Amino acid sequence: MSVQEVLPLGGVAAGQSGQVRADHLLVAEMVKPGSKVLDVGCGDGDLLQLLEARGIDGRGIELSREGVNRCVAKGLAVVQGDADTDLVNYPDDAFDYVILSQTLQATRQPKVVLENLLRIGHRAIVSFPNFGFWKMRLQLLIGGHMPRTENLPATWYDTANIHFCTIKDFVELCDAINVKMERSVALDLYGRPVPLNLPWWVWNMFGEQGVFLLSRGGGK
Amino acid sequence: MVGVKSIPSPAISADDRSHEVDHPSSLIAHFGTEQPLPLDCGVDLTPFQIAYQTYGELNADRSNAILICHALTGDQHVANVHPVTGKPGWWETLVGPGRPLDPDRYFIICSNVIGGCMGSTGPASINPATGKVWGLKFPVITIPDMVRAQAMLIDRLGIDTLFAVVGGSMGGMQVLQWTAAYPERVFSALAIACSTRHSAQNIAFHELGRQAVMADPDWHNGGYADRGIHPHRGLAVARMAAHITYLSDAALHRKFGRRMQDRDLPTFSFDADFQVESYLRYQGSSFVERFDANAYLYLTRAMDYFDIAADHGGVLAKAFAGIKTRFCVVSFTSDWLFPTSESRALVHALNASSARVSFAEIETDRGHDAFLLDVPEFFDISRAFLQSAGKARGLNSGGG
Repeated sequence: MSVQEVLPLGGVAAGQSGQVRADHLLVAEMVKPGSKVLDVGCGDGDLLQLLEARGIDGRGIELSREGVNRCVAKGLAVVQGDADTDLVNYPDDAFDYVILSQTLQATRQPKVVLENLLRIGHRAIVSFPNFGFWKMRLQLLIGGHMPRTENLPATWYDTANIHFCTIKDFVELCDAINVKMERSVALDLYGRPVPLNLPWWVWNMFGEQGVFLLSRGGGK
Repeated sequence: MVGVKSIPSPAISADDRSHEVDHPSSLIAHFGTEQPLPLDCGVDLTPFQIAYQTYGELNADRSNAILICHALTGDQHVANVHPVTGKPGWWETLVGPGRPLDPDRYFIICSNVIGGCMGSTGPASINPATGKVWGLKFPVITIPDMVRAQAMLIDRLGIDTLFAVVGGSMGGMQVLQWTAAYPERVFSALAIACSTRHSAQNIAFHELGRQAVMADPDWHNGGYADRGIHPHRGLAVARMAAHITYLSDAALHRKFGRRMQDRDLPTFSFDADFQVESYLRYQGSSFVERFDANAYLYLTRAMDYFDIAADHGGVLAKAFAGIKTRFCVVSFTSDWLFPTSESRALVHALNASSARVSFAEIETDRGHDAFLLDVPEFFDISRAFLQSAGKARGLNSGGG
């Protein structure tokens, strides 16, 4: 298992943390100031804005036209594109970090996307909703229906999220494709890191989402 | 008897048009024989002149200059009444007080391209060596030639770095050529509805237009000026064909459908029964009032030859290697002349060059011409892009 730690969140965007999403703060903490970052699936550009405020050279890709236009209106360098089809057009080692925030589960080929992230960037930061979260399990076990949460309100028939996984599943994928997990954090329902001294299965049970800092593993 | 009504002759005389060719109602920069323009075809153009318009004031740092590059049939009259047609400037939707390109904030320059017919030296100008109109003796020019001439004008105006170069269609080609040829002189680039190379389909449409001009008996192998005539029928047909490519099936259907023009029933003739026919005839006849047929041949040719990658070993990304310019690329969903795929190829190359690029595709059914029309989403993006670039450039904010 990789290094597990609770990250200090105090230093980020003090005074703004009320409006900023917990996973964004966590991601921003993982990125070294002055580095070059590609945010894949950057939505309305909130994370990119947070990063640029910290002196990071940020670029974005966003699938929805509305999202792109809102980003450009904020002065961000964002292009309309699709993680599944457009990452191949980026050269190797173009960025220090490539971020995939809450988007992995919506890609058609998560494994290929993950491989591309670590080809384009020296490091990747991936966050996703954990389908092993206890509330999810309970809905399926007791309710007998596909889980829906506040953050994932769509029904099974109209959700864009076609490749859900648990934290455990993701760790297994990283092992399988020789990806090194430099930092792993699970956030609970309130955006707080699950304490690090608890065993791994607790993370997979009580983490509402997982955030991982990844790099290329050696040996292959 | 079958009624046939051909395209009407222009209401504005050839004199009005030809007067603007050599004595434009614009500012003029003359370049004498000591400052020739070296052309890609191997010839030096000299002497020559550039006609241009400016709006707003250059600031003390000389850091707020924006160059607008006009499209194939555009000219330097971006935001003032046109001296020949009396119509408003062609980009008053985008340029003006309170608009994204605000003369209260920026010093805006637009020059007529070399090869054009609104005051910059072109085939309709007088060849000083012969005292006659150049006609087909004028050397073939390229998009890089146009940009080289613009750079000489910018030098003349004492401007080192342009805050922005902005243009759509052929204007967008010039924007891209500026960034490829003079990356350090362009702080930001707004390239709209354009491409880094002219497609086979677009070359084909241009060839159709040129053949229409050349098939007009009044063309006289390009020598019509000496005879005091103008091949307005051929040029009008060229314009009509081209105009269709600037629109879209949906836009034509919405605007005209199958509606009749001033009648309820077909006349069983070749008169303009349909509104769309009448509209196209009007587009054709009004165009020839202000445009020279030979200039149309030269400028379409310049677009055909355009291929930035070819000038960089076939690899587009090489044209932009290490570039610091901030790019914004805009395309329109219904533009089939310069479709989004062309913009996307440009964006891929810019990404591969690590350039700072934004790319937005605007949803509209108005086709290629959308860049000239009132499309609020396009204005919002242009404004936001220039404002954020202005902040990075240290231009004082306010207004706009």
